[in-house]
Amino acid sequence: MRQDMSVSLQDVVVKRRGKTVLGPTTMELSNEGFTMVIGPNGAGKTTLLKVLHGVERISSGSVSWSVPSQTAREGQAYVFQSPIMLRRSVRANLAYPLQLLGFDKADISVRVTKWAARIGLSAALHHPAPRLSGGEQQKLALARALIRRPNTLFLDEPCANLDGSSIREIEEILREAVQAGAQIIMTTHDLGQARRLADHVVFLNNGQIEEQASAASFFDAPSSVGASAFLNGDIVE
Amino acid sequence: MSEIWAGIAEALRLIWSLDENLIDITVRSLKVSLTALAIASTLALPFGTWLAIRRFRYRRFAISVLNALMGLPPVVVGLIVYLLLSRSGPFGVMGLLFTPTAMIIAQVIIISPLIASIAHQAMRELWSEYHDLLISLNTSKWQRVGALIWDGRRTLLTAALAGFGRAIGEVGAIMIVGGNIDQVTRVLTTAIALETGKGDFALALGLGFILITLSLFVNLTIHALSRTESEGRW
Repeated sequence: MRQDMSVSLQDVVVKRRGKTVLGPTTMELSNEGFTMVIGPNGAGKTTLLKVLHGVERISSGSVSWSVPSQTAREGQAYVFQSPIMLRRSVRANLAYPLQLLGFDKADISVRVTKWAARIGLSAALHHPAPRLSGGEQQKLALARALIRRPNTLFLDEPCANLDGSSIREIEEILREAVQAGAQIIMTTHDLGQARRLADHVVFLNNGQIEEQASAASFFDAPSSVGASAFLNGDIVE
Repeated sequence: MSEIWAGIAEALRLIWSLDENLIDITVRSLKVSLTALAIASTLALPFGTWLAIRRFRYRRFAISVLNALMGLPPVVVGLIVYLLLSRSGPFGVMGLLFTPTAMIIAQVIIISPLIASIAHQAMRELWSEYHDLLISLNTSKWQRVGALIWDGRRTLLTAALAGFGRAIGEVGAIMIVGGNIDQVTRVLTTAIALETGKGDFALALGLGFILITLSLFVNLTIHALSRTESEGRW
């Protein structure tokens, strides 16, 4: 049984070298399947994701989860836009998060075997992970995040620079994770992908949340000028 | 040119005849340098890693000092260790001067900054690569240090080997604190210096070839044991 992990941001501001890159932002996200964070380049999507994950220092405001912050962090996983591979084998990469959580060897072995098969890397278990192709590395990073069954999964443009078949495989894995009860918060540039996956959309522009709505209402009738322009393919400034 | 050939011939003769004096000097050289390496690595590798991931106020200054210490003149180190260990020095009562222990102390002081600095450079690169992932995985400081040391073990080995290279080839400091006493503190480098001074170039060259061979042998053995090249760069 997964925990309900809703989060609220209250007047959150992130500044870097005196420049505001996010906020002031107030929002609430409940535990509801896919939340897509979309917006033009430099809108603050990655910063918002890192703030939610607790790895970005906020200048002011507060972030509060429905569970204690330590419990929230333990139930989260993050996949970066450029996958970070430990300089170890595929197997050791998959096993590492479980070792940190103190899983026993037998359980680790079962989970690693299952996930390696799921991402099609059973034959490469003992290969060095950094030598895999970009698509394989991204799938491995995703499997490494999901292997510990997180309540909340943050994905920062996980399909950027991937080919169609890799994107399809990753989307399948993500749908399975949501069906299993995970909450996914994901940034993307790909509007097609956002339409395919999103249950809920957060539209960011210039560090501000301009619109937050269900996917159906966002794509059918966006309420903000910026979102309309973005969906029409116009340049949004 | 003839002296080089004579040196090679002398080296082969000494090895072939298992010259007792040569074996004694070689074993002592290895003992002193490997002990110094073990102590220095135990101190310097975790320190270099810690310096790579820890942020504190005078970090840049500490790194500058560490890098500057890499160039410590061995003769000066020898002189300071001599003064500390001499009868009138603060540690004189321990009676360590002109013993292999004094030579080990001097070598540890000389090679620790070198090992720590190379380890720091390597770990800094690896930390910048791993930083986001390890933070995101909610790892503790010790888990981060552990991951960096484990995944950077081959580069750390290179740092240790650089330290070994400097230790086994060092002469100035150990001559001062060891005194080059026959069958007590004489090692390959001090023996070479002595034979050169006596004008016995063939023997000096022979010892030099043995020193180079020994250094290569130790390096290759450690590389082979750690499979540095077979697994390539991860």
